[in-house]
Order: sequence, then structure tokens, then C-alpha cells
Amino acid sequence: MSKIKKTEMDKEQTIIMSGNYASAWGAKCSRVKVVSAYPITPQTTVVEKLADFVEGGELDARYIKVESEHSVMASLVGSSMTGARSFTATSGQGLLYMTEMLHWVSSSRLPIVTTIASRGIAPPWNIWAEYTDILSVRDCGWIIQFASTHQEIFDSILMGYKIAENEGVMLPYFIVYGGFTQSHTSKPVRIPPQKDIDSFLPSPPEKGWSHLNLDPENPITHGNLLMPQQEYLDFRFLIHDAMMKSKKVIQKTITEFKKSFKRNYSGLTENYKCKDADVVLISYGALAEQSKIAVDELRKQGKKVGLFKLRYIRPFPNEELEELFNSGVKAIGIADQGTAFGNPTGGPISTEVMSLLRLSGKKIKVLPYVWGLGGRDVTVDEQIHVFNQLITLKNKNQYPTDDTFQHGTVWMGLKTGV
Amino acid sequence: MKKDDPKSTETKCPVYKSWRELPHVPISRGMKGSIGETGDWRTYRPEIDAKQCSKCGICYVYCPDGVILFQEGSVPSIDYTYCKGCGICKVKCPKNAIEMIRERE
Repeated sequence: MSKIKKTEMDKEQTIIMSGNYASAWGAKCSRVKVVSAYPITPQTTVVEKLADFVEGGELDARYIKVESEHSVMASLVGSSMTGARSFTATSGQGLLYMTEMLHWVSSSRLPIVTTIASRGIAPPWNIWAEYTDILSVRDCGWIIQFASTHQEIFDSILMGYKIAENEGVMLPYFIVYGGFTQSHTSKPVRIPPQKDIDSFLPSPPEKGWSHLNLDPENPITHGNLLMPQQEYLDFRFLIHDAMMKSKKVIQKTITEFKKSFKRNYSGLTENYKCKDADVVLISYGALAEQSKIAVDELRKQGKKVGLFKLRYIRPFPNEELEELFNSGVKAIGIADQGTAFGNPTGGPISTEVMSLLRLSGKKIKVLPYVWGLGGRDVTVDEQIHVFNQLITLKNKNQYPTDDTFQHGTVWMGLKTGV
Repeated sequence: MKKDDPKSTETKCPVYKSWRELPHVPISRGMKGSIGETGDWRTYRPEIDAKQCSKCGICYVYCPDGVILFQEGSVPSIDYTYCKGCGICKVKCPKNAIEMIRERE
């Protein structure tokens, strides 16, 4: 096991690494104290790398091996309650298996950070990029952020802990990226000097979190019964309230991050050439990043199109979308890389955007999309096709006429025998 | 008033008028009746027959809610404000000295 030389940690390094390793490095550089993990494709190499770090003495942490993802999160509930910075990573079925404990974490207001290498849900088995795993736990009280690049995965973990551990937030934090397309591809990632990371992200308070701290000297019980007329409802509201108010802390943290490391993230959303656009596509994840190429291509043809990338879906970027609706945009497409069977639209996020649009009172034409399920390729050409469909909708008020348009949603790539 | 102060020695459950006063999470310390007067839940009331009782204290040991008060050498007494009437004491009593009596209004 090669030990990192101290001199190397003192200066910035650029290392070519996979998205999963960027996740492991993010946890290491955040100096997490407890890692609990159960391996699952495509997350596996995150927790393998962390095991390496702990075993090699590069990360001073306890590594807890357990028999399931449910136990992963249960053990982190325990560790986080002692004030220890706690980390795990999972994917697909593993995240679903963890679901009950996700509520224990958010409702105990524990600032655990977890990365998700998202994959399709079985059956039939599928291990490739799709976000139905995270989208189906979107209402668990966790902050949910998408990372579209390897660097963003690493950086987001540092920011994630800072946001989650903020006294006024105290909510757990998901960082999500696509299985294989991001988890297993390699790109350069810049690792800042550890001392700079330490001053951006100091250790949690020695005496534990002020709201909940397991301490044998001061025994407490947590999570016990509240009767209907007691404050159960009120504590639910507090979680929602903290989530909504976390937006300010997110913005502040991004600003501080830029000051410390000279890398800028736009905020809850990223607005790419939307300013004068009359057709905008709203999307998230790596496919949204790719849409920028489609936008550039169409801009060359003089078409006023833009991309509106959601970096966060919890908290939901209401204000940013409100601004978009007021920008003069005429037609909006919303592309979900995940399903919500029986939803008003085929995907969950398109429904949420449409409900906000209704509240804004703007008469903007909307077309929801479901794309990229189970890692199905979505090419730049197909994204250009999406924009052209939206342009047709704007100009002629004409919805797609081919067989992929079903129940008011376009299922991109649906096999129609053509 | 803060429920989450780890050094708090408060022994009464605080009453909150507004969500704005609440801590992040509810916690309980070792205190009597943190969830209220659970004796209200009772359907059957355990009553100890002092004549049959051998003062062994087994009911005190087994009571899951710690509502049986016992001193060596005397008949135990039951705190009916918190006893839920589960009947474990009756089952465990070696002298069959505890009877479960249906509560009336």
C-alpha cells in the first residue's frame, strides 16, 4: 500500500481518476470519521477505494462492514449521532433497500453525506445510468444535488458537508451521478492542498451536534413516540422549512468555495444561453451537460435555444424557475431520466416544473420527455431533435405526431417499429 | 426552555406554543412520564392482595415501565398514574397475589 507523501498533500494535485474515485477522494479529503458500506454495482469502486484509504492509513476513519444497505444507514445514524462525520455511497436497489433509514437520518437531522452512482431499477436487471433510484426517494428529507462532472463530484462532497452541517440546515445530503457514464469513466480531478480543504471545511464540533448527541455522561432517548396532539406535525414542518431555507446556505457555500478554490458552481440551477432563448430544455445530470453541445449547434443555425440545468431538485429551485418563466421563453421541454408511473407526466420532475408553471400563470407551452432509461444512449443528434420538436411546438402549437408521444409525454427512443 | 440543551436538568416536558420555539428534534431524558399520563391507556388494573403477597419483589423486577415501587420487606405499590395495565406482574407473581380488574368509567 503506497502512502501519500506529505509533500504531495501540501500542494494541489491533478489526478486522472474515475467518478467513483472522485467520490472516495471527496470523502477522504473531507476527513470523514466513519464509513459504512455495502458494495453494489456501479458504486463498488467508491467503497473499495475508501477501504484502501483506511487500510493504508491515509484516512483516519472507522470502516464498518455490514450485511445490507439498510444496516449501512442504520450504523451511520449511530455514528453521526456521536458527532462523527459519516459517509457512504450506494446505487439503485441498494438505495431503495436503505429507504426506511433515510427517513431516520433526515428526521433526526443528521448531516450525513452520501453519493449515489445512479442506475436503473430491476427487474429486469439494469446497472446503467438512470435516476429512478434517487427520484423515488426524493421526498425523504435529504438535499439532492446532481453532479455532472468528475470534478463536481469531488467538490460537491466538500460543499455538501459544509451545507449539511450548517446549524440552521442539519439535513443529510445526496450527491448523484450516472452509473458507468460517470462512475467508471476517467477524467482529471484537481485535489486542493489538504490545509486549504481543512480551513474551508473544519472538523465538526468536538462535543457533537448541539441538537442531538449520544453521550454516556448525559443519557437521552431520541425518536420516541409523539401523540397526535403533540408536536409530530410541527417537527415535520421544521424539516420542510429547513430544506427551503437551506437554499441561502447553498448559495453562500458555493461563493465561499469559489473564494477558496477558484472553481465556480452556478447555484441551484445552471442557466446556459437561456437569456434570450424562446425555447428552453430543462434537464439534469450528465445528459444536461451534453445538451450544451446541442444548444451550441442550434445557435449556429440562428435558433434561439437554451439549456436550464437543475443542479438541485431538493430543495426545488422555485425562484430560479420563476425567473425563467418570466424571461420571455415561449416553449419549454423537461427531460426526466427516470420514471414515475401513473404520474400526470411520465417523469417526476416534469410534473413539478409544470405545477410551478401553473402557479406562475404564464402561458408557456410545455412538453415533458422521458429519456435515457437504463442507460439508453441519448445522442447529441437526438437532443437536437428534441429542441426542433420544441421549436415546432412554439411556432405551430403542434405536438409530436409519432408513436413515441404517449400520454402527453415523449418517450425518447421508444421502439415504434420505424 | 430549550429541550436540546445537553446540560438541562429540567424534569418536566416543556410545552411549546409555536413551531418557532422547537429544537431540531425531540429528545427525552430519564424522567417520569415523558410521554404523559400513560395510566389513561389502561383497561385492566393490577391490584396486589397484601395478604397473599410474599414481598419477593419479582413484580418490581419484571415491570417493563418501572411503575411498581418496592422496598425490601414491604408489599409493593403500583403507580396507577403511569401503569398501562399490561399484566406482566400478574403473570410473573409466584403467589398469584395480583388480580387484573376491569376499569370502570
